Amino acid sequence: MKQRIEWRPADTLPERREVLLLQGIPAGVDPSGRIISIVESATAIYLETAEPRALVADISQDAFARVYHGEGSNAPVTPVEAIAPRADALALFVATVGAGVTDRIRTLFAQNEPALAVMLDAVASTAADRLTHLLAVRHAAATGGADGQGRLTLGYSPGYCGWHVSGQRALFAYLQADAIGVTLNASCLMDPLKSVSGVLAAGPADIHRFLPGYEFCADCRNRTCLGRAKTWSVPAASE
Amino acid sequence: MSLLSDIAVSLQRGEDEQVALLVRQALDEGQEAAVILHDGLIAGMGVVGEQFREREIFLPDVLLAARAMYAGLALLKPLLAKEGVPTAGTVVIGSVRGDLHDIGKNLVGIMLAGAGFDVVDLGNDVAPERFVDAACDHGASVIGLSALLTTTMPVMKDVVELVKARGLQDRVKVIVGGAPVSDAWARQIGADAYGYDAASAVERVRALVRTPA
Repeated sequence: MKQRIEWRPADTLPERREVLLLQGIPAGVDPSGRIISIVESATAIYLETAEPRALVADISQDAFARVYHGEGSNAPVTPVEAIAPRADALALFVATVGAGVTDRIRTLFAQNEPALAVMLDAVASTAADRLTHLLAVRHAAATGGADGQGRLTLGYSPGYCGWHVSGQRALFAYLQADAIGVTLNASCLMDPLKSVSGVLAAGPADIHRFLPGYEFCADCRNRTCLGRAKTWSVPAASE
Repeated sequence: MSLLSDIAVSLQRGEDEQVALLVRQALDEGQEAAVILHDGLIAGMGVVGEQFREREIFLPDVLLAARAMYAGLALLKPLLAKEGVPTAGTVVIGSVRGDLHDIGKNLVGIMLAGAGFDVVDLGNDVAPERFVDAACDHGASVIGLSALLTTTMPVMKDVVELVKARGLQDRVKVIVGGAPVSDAWARQIGADAYGYDAASAVERVRALVRTPA
């Protein structure tokens, strides 16, 4: 089953601390008044310009194995190829906060407003990441068990954990993602820029556990893979 | 405080209109554009870079200072060109093919401009050929490569190899940076330098430009 999901921008707004963290301001540091003012301006622009939406489609184990293989460029051994076969349910997704935000970021740079442009970029990036979490929560509810009850749905994306970014071609072909206005360029990057894609894997929480001992982990400074088992409190999406 | 110090301090505070006002005032008083650039704007950005490195200020503060610097630079650039004042050098920067992350790269560009370099920013998802072609077209002595994905890091090696294949390695140096990139990776692919962060990237580029061919 394929679903189109739309959210109100306010429902996808990230927490301020996440935005500040992306700007290099750690939790526990009180940002100055002018930084808060920039965050508030960026948030207001996001609320005005974002059009968050997603496509989600269930996929069988066999079909996902073909999508995941993509163009054969993945790392030799990856966590997703171990997680997916143990999942009870899989779904591919593409989600975006829309082109309006990216356009405004470009305009702000052109108008010599780099601080606001980069802050809006951070708001949009964290909002795009939040879409994956919102979809994961929906998927968990739809596949017979809420998070926190020994089951967990997490999203995994091309470009990370050894899943080569070229894998997005097969993913996009399966989803027909242009239906929500998201396309791939020749390098397999998404347009609009602030978009996310990947697979949602639902099942016992244990299936998601892996140690960052893969070859590519040595170069990766992202350790969110180890701390994603959170319970998210999110509003329902309108469909 | 002298007018040039005032410019530097206003820049550190991110006061773009005040910086433009003071730069105009300095020009009216007969200060040379090159002196205003070096002792006012670049000096101010130098302090900003140092404060950023010491975590006394954060990225938005740096970007506000950059906006103020550009406000002053806009007044000076035509005069600097007219007087034939050389820049610190030209650097081509971009995020490598397949990588769309560019905040770090943008910051490096801002800090390099603040240090007096001409910066040619090719944006993100840049093919190796574009980096090398742009370096030739703009007479750049340094190419700065950014990657945030482990899956796009190998493209950095493609650029280094292309520079060598075209026989440019003596006059075009390559510096790499980005979250997954390390000094060891830079050495492994034959890059000339690694920038841990924006401030260190500026130092490394300065060193590369000083290194005789």
